[in-house]
Order: sequence, then C-alpha cells, then structure tokens
Amino acid sequence: MKKLFILLFSFLTITAQAASSEGGEFKPGDMITHHIADDYSWHFADGAVLYLPVILIDNGKPVVFSSSNFYNENHELVPYNGYKMEHGHIYKVNAAGEPIEGYKGLYDISITKNVASMFVSVALLFFVFFSIAGSYKKNAGRAPRGMQSFFEPIIIFIRDEIAKANIGPKYERYMPYLLTIFFFIWFNNLLGLMPGGANLTGNIAVTLVLATMTLLITVFSGNKSYWGHIFATPGVPKWLAPIMIPVELIGIFTKPFSLMVRLFANITAGHIIILSLFSLIFIFQSIAVGPLSVAFATFMNFLELFVALLQAYIFTLLSAMYFGGAVEEHDHVDDMGHGDGHH
Amino acid sequence: MELVTPNFGLIFWQLVTFLIVLFLLTKFAWKPIMNALRERETSIENALSAAEKAKLEMQGLKAENEKLLAEARMERDKILKEASDAGNALVENARNKANEEGARLIAQAREAIENEKRAALTEVKNMAAALSVDIAERILRRELNDPQAQQALAQDYIREVTLN
Repeated sequence: MKKLFILLFSFLTITAQAASSEGGEFKPGDMITHHIADDYSWHFADGAVLYLPVILIDNGKPVVFSSSNFYNENHELVPYNGYKMEHGHIYKVNAAGEPIEGYKGLYDISITKNVASMFVSVALLFFVFFSIAGSYKKNAGRAPRGMQSFFEPIIIFIRDEIAKANIGPKYERYMPYLLTIFFFIWFNNLLGLMPGGANLTGNIAVTLVLATMTLLITVFSGNKSYWGHIFATPGVPKWLAPIMIPVELIGIFTKPFSLMVRLFANITAGHIIILSLFSLIFIFQSIAVGPLSVAFATFMNFLELFVALLQAYIFTLLSAMYFGGAVEEHDHVDDMGHGDGHH
Repeated sequence: MELVTPNFGLIFWQLVTFLIVLFLLTKFAWKPIMNALRERETSIENALSAAEKAKLEMQGLKAENEKLLAEARMERDKILKEASDAGNALVENARNKANEEGARLIAQAREAIENEKRAALTEVKNMAAALSVDIAERILRRELNDPQAQQALAQDYIREVTLN
C-alpha cells in the first residue's frame, strides 16, 4: 500500500509539474479536469505515454491512426490527415487547419484511455471469473478454495440479499445481469483508484449505458400489474389520471437516471477530492503541506475503496429493486410504493 | 460541461464491451457457478435431511429396542414367576403326597395293629376259653367225686341265678 501510494504520489506530481510547466503557473482546475476526463493517450508517467489508436468513421469510411500523430516533436498539437484534436475532441479541418463548423458524419470511436482501461478490467474480469468457474468444475461438490472462496460469499450475497430479497421467485433470470454489473462496476471503480487508472465509472457515458440497460430490462420485464400501476394506479381516482400517468411515466426514467448520476458523481467526486488534496501542495508551494495532504489523501483513498464497493452494491441493489417492481404480482391495492422502497 | 456530456465513442465501446462481457460471463462463468452453487446447496440440503431422517430412524430404533428390552424383561419376570410357581406347586404336591402317603401308612399300620390286636385277643379268648374249659373239666372231674361239694356248688349257682 505504501509503495502504491508513493507511486500514485509521483504520478500526480509529475502531471502537476507538466501542467504547470505548460501553462506557466499551476492551475489545479485544469489538472483535475485533465485527470478525470477521457484522453486519446494514456499517461502513466512523464515520458511513459501510451498513444492509443484513433478510430474515426468519416462519412461511413473508417480511418485508423495513432493519436501520437496529433503531436509534433515539441509536443504541440498539429493537424493530421485532415483531422485535428482540440480540447479533447477530434474535428475535421479544412486546408487552412481550421475546424469545419457544423461538419456532420464524423463519428469518433477511438480507443481512448477509458476504453483501454475498460478492456483491461474486462480481461481481469474474464481471468478471475473464468478461473473461478473452472475451479467450481474442478472441485465440484467440495469446499471452495483460493479465489473461489473469496468471491463465493459475494456471489451468494448478491443472489440471496439482492436478487432473491428484491425480485422474488423470478430472480434467477436477472442473476447474470446483476452479477455482471456488480463486478464490472466494482472492478472498474477499483482500477480507477489505481495510479494512472482511468476514471471509467466516473464517466457519464459509461453510467449512461449501464443505467439504460437497467431501464430496458425493467421496461421489457414489466408485467401487467407494473403497467397497471403506471396507467391506472390503483386507489387513485380516475380524474387524476392526466396528472398521474405523466408522473408515472417520468418515474420510469428518473429511476435509472438516478443510477446514472449517482455512480458518475460519487466516483468523480472521489477522484476530484483526492486530486484537490494533492493540488494543495502545489498551490501553497510548500513541502510542509505535503504530509497533511498525503494523510488526508490516504484517508480518502481508503474511503474510496469503500465507496467503490458501496456504489457497485447500490447500483446492483437498485437495479434489482426496479426489476422486482416490474415483475412483482401486486395483490394489494393500497400499495402505492413505487420507487426505491421495498414492496 | 465536458464532464456531463456523454461521449459517443465511449458509449459505443461501453455498450459493445458490456454486452460481450455480459454474454461471455453469463455463458462461461455465472451459469456454471450458479449451477455448482445450487448443486452443492441441494446436496448439503439432502445430506442434512438424510441425517435428520437417520436421526429419527435411530430414535425409532432406540425406542423399539427399549420396547423390546422392556418386553424381554417382562417375559423374564413372567418366566421366573412361572418357574417359582411351578416349583412351589411341585413342593406342595410333594408335600401333599408325602402327607397322604404318611397318612395312608399310618392308617395301614393302625389297621395292621388292630388286626394283630384282634387276632391276639381272639387267641387270648380262645386260650382263656380252653383254659376255662380245662379248668372247668378238672373242677368238674374233682367235684363229681365229692357229692357235698356238688351240692354246695349247685346251691351257689342257684343263689346266683336269682329270679328277678
């Protein structure tokens, strides 16, 4: 942990120095934004930069090249092959090297830092869970061992406390999804805390996709009583329907929306706090602030380890609750409880 | 603003990757793991219920054993009682028989004694009769020789035979 921490510290220091050397003075806001935002290259340390491939679909034609082409030898941004990178985005440029305003048909599906980090986490997920599945086959009917015994209680917890408790007898269908989002979010949260790690789960595009999946699964597994609750809420007078139906329909979307924002905001906020604590050293330009910053950042890092697990749990739990609400058979009319509560 | 604007490329990769992950993990990890867990749970459940059944069976056997033991004990007591009864009866019988035999022997002895006595008495009577006859003969023979004594005797007889 100590080593890890020194490593993390050195990364931040170097990046901060880089930021200050470029802009003349240290701007913590820029440094932090740069750190939590996506990028076309992966900075491990100054000089140790992995330039990731840029993949563009320009009017249906795929264009692939390395992102290192956007930099000249002085590390300045230059146009390449009719494209230019500005403020973390790639634009089509004209002959003069100016971005073409309102150019449509350019889709950027580059392997960015976040995508690369996701691939790493996916490889890790595959490695961990395929080997666990293998050990289940190998020690069939015997006590779990090694990695298996670490993950088995978590899997059983998700099954019993999250799926069974909130979805009911039809829980089995949803187990693969719940397990996948739980471990996907948890692993990526943890990888984001690693030195040089990308802020993947703190990216709204990622949480948007995850929340949309939950939304789609909820809507498609909604049974008669679920839709009945939305279009003819039991126990509510008919004349209230013009108000109730829109409110209920908005409710369908606000639930996954909250999932999206919660995960994004929690993870991003954690990163911002840790980075801010380190920035204090450079703001005050004093070594004396160092130990204090480090102490606070260490504490925050431990807190973030907990948040990483907690957010994965909450996302999974709430998804399970929404699925539970969609498949539940309501036999009581007075139940108006939709939303995050237990039914 | 940059932070809350979803990036198209990342959405694309996230969607594709997540679906692949979901599919592969479901097929090669979650299904086998969940099945293994379920199998293990059912086997544990079965083992537990089998143990419970065995326990009940054991209890049943124990109860049966105790019943058998109690029955055996009762049987033993019965046999012992019967034996002692039979013994008593035998002793009683023997005693009765002995008594009877004794009584019979005594009766027999008494009868024999009686017979002997009677025979002895008869003999004594006969002897007495013979003696008296003998004595009477001798007396008569002597008396007839003396008419006066004859007279006196006759006189005695007459005196004895009083006509009353």
